[in-house]
Amino acid sequence: MFSPADILTIPLADWVNSFVREFLVPNFRPFFRSLQWPITQVLNGLDTLLNAMPMLVFTAILAAIAWRTAGRGVALFTLVALAFIDMIGLWRETMTTLSMVVTAVLFCTIIGVPLGIIAAGSNRFQAFLRPVLDIMQTIPSFVYLVPIVMLFGVGVVPGIIATIIFAIPPIIRLTNLGIRNVREDLVEAARSFGSTRWQMLWDVQFPLALNTIMAGLNQTLMLALSMVVIAALIGAGGLGLTVFTGLGRLDVGNATAGGVGIVLLAIILDRITQALGEPGRMKKTSLKATLLNLFSPARQTRAGEA
Amino acid sequence: MNIKVEAKSIFKVFGNEPKKALELLSGGKSKEEIFEATGNTIGVQDASFTVGEGQIFVVMGLSGSGKSTLVRMINGLVTPTSGEMLIDGTDVADCSAKTMRDVRRSKIAMVFQHFALFPHMSVADNVAYGLKIKGIGADERRAKAEDALAQVSLRAYADSYPDELSGGMQQRVGLARGLASEAEILLMDEPFSALDPLIRRDMQDELLELQRALKKTIIFITHDLNEALILGDKIAIMKDGRFVQVGTAEDIVANPADDYVAAFTADIDRARVFTAGTVMVPAEALDLAADTAETAMARMETLGRDALHVVEDGRPVGIVAYRDLSASVRKNGGALKGAMIADFPATTRSTQLFDLYGLAETGLPIAITDRKGELVGVVAPQDVFAKLAAPAAA
Repeated sequence: MFSPADILTIPLADWVNSFVREFLVPNFRPFFRSLQWPITQVLNGLDTLLNAMPMLVFTAILAAIAWRTAGRGVALFTLVALAFIDMIGLWRETMTTLSMVVTAVLFCTIIGVPLGIIAAGSNRFQAFLRPVLDIMQTIPSFVYLVPIVMLFGVGVVPGIIATIIFAIPPIIRLTNLGIRNVREDLVEAARSFGSTRWQMLWDVQFPLALNTIMAGLNQTLMLALSMVVIAALIGAGGLGLTVFTGLGRLDVGNATAGGVGIVLLAIILDRITQALGEPGRMKKTSLKATLLNLFSPARQTRAGEA
Repeated sequence: MNIKVEAKSIFKVFGNEPKKALELLSGGKSKEEIFEATGNTIGVQDASFTVGEGQIFVVMGLSGSGKSTLVRMINGLVTPTSGEMLIDGTDVADCSAKTMRDVRRSKIAMVFQHFALFPHMSVADNVAYGLKIKGIGADERRAKAEDALAQVSLRAYADSYPDELSGGMQQRVGLARGLASEAEILLMDEPFSALDPLIRRDMQDELLELQRALKKTIIFITHDLNEALILGDKIAIMKDGRFVQVGTAEDIVANPADDYVAAFTADIDRARVFTAGTVMVPAEALDLAADTAETAMARMETLGRDALHVVEDGRPVGIVAYRDLSASVRKNGGALKGAMIADFPATTRSTQLFDLYGLAETGLPIAITDRKGELVGVVAPQDVFAKLAAPAAA
């Protein structure tokens, strides 16, 4: 039977191999290594902080944040879930995973929001960016784990870099969408009063797109959490490693424990970030007013109305 | 009068071949033919107008007539394809981005059809937006915003959010935002179209009221001819991107330029367009000191009138009717004063016919006086109704 391969075979694998091994790695390895520096700094700082913080203090803080943003139910869930994680003996791993995920999401935001803003302002840039994001979202992450290891080495930071690649598309897409969806007449009104582009972005477009951007942040966070096990393949620690070693040793118990830890963390973070994205009157009460409320019950109703 | 805004043969073509479209246009092709040939749309063609300081210039047209495009070329939201748009002598059709921003910040404010209030800002912050853009400090902004809100009687709502207000209130905030920036020129793009008819009427009155105090130069866009006639010192009727007629309300209703304009004017309220001045005839009056009943009757016979006003030092003091005079001559020897009715209807030249109905009810001619109170003319009641009935073409 005839097939096109009889006439021509394309050695794609060889090409990629030689491109990465003979061009990218020898020439750009120092450059890629230097990219790790800011991520390493943030990660180390966060990891040290979270691991140094007593379990109860951290639980109290996260529960307070959950209560302020998402309400009492989520706060309660946070308390119970974190206590459970501590009791199954995965506190340290959870903190490591959390610092990894937060670092990844932080860099996704720092890189993704400006890219989204640029894409919203330029159709040409959007046309270029779209296929790139499509590829980032559809390509199996195992495919880029190998070149990442070759360029960045093994460890937590390369794991975070892989996570960033996997998790960044939603925040770029939704920033772009959010800014493009700001009502045309509001943009026109801002222009008609003589706004500069920067004033328009800061005072009108960004605040009005914020809900959409927060939805993107939520998606990015969820994707980042789903990468922790894969990142453990190249040396990232935390809950991902627990699951991964459990898998390797056919230790169902440990793998399940790690999985439950990831799920609980995901639910807490999801609820909090989702609530941040929802427009609500709740945010209008300042934190100061709330704290005053806590200490003087008489003021409660008044501040509650404000 | 100072010219604030002057447009000199403004053209706007939407599309990627504006030059070709303009060539075809000057070759006499129609809008549709040009669209078929080039895919470009003629937005505005050859619009020229001037708006003086303190005037309300109304541009009236149906949707797609180019009126919104035209008003957006005044503050550069749309850039004209050719022509000049002079704001206080600065051509904004061809200027740097910096000049454009300065003009927008200091000279022109705009009010939008769907209010375009920023939903994430309080009413006061919305009103102060133009000031914030100019870099004015927070305290001064707040004070000026409250002043502007007081002008539209919404001061109490300074800390509300736009979605907590009704449509009419939201548009008053939009107006306050325009006023707060202290721009002399106010562009209003169908500001009242999205409001209920009753509220619309209130807002029109309120705008006229404010205008009497503020003397802004207003360019007002509407698709409602009645609104145009109520508000406009000068009205332009637009069709297919062209001005079909420019003139005062009375010009347009009395002498429509073509069938298109005539069709619009057919069902408008003529009583609100025409004023007493348009139906007034020059005054013939009797002098209280010089005339007697006999001379009065003789005057009425030659003039063919049933009643004449009596003046003293140029001011009307009463009216005498022929019927009363003949009785008076028989009874008391004919003193003019004896037959005079002191309670006579009087008004000024600029009163709308609508407001003459009550005065016409007495059946007596209505005295028209000038600012000094002197008699300048009279309006016969039947002339009021004749004017209302007259078809536009007559």
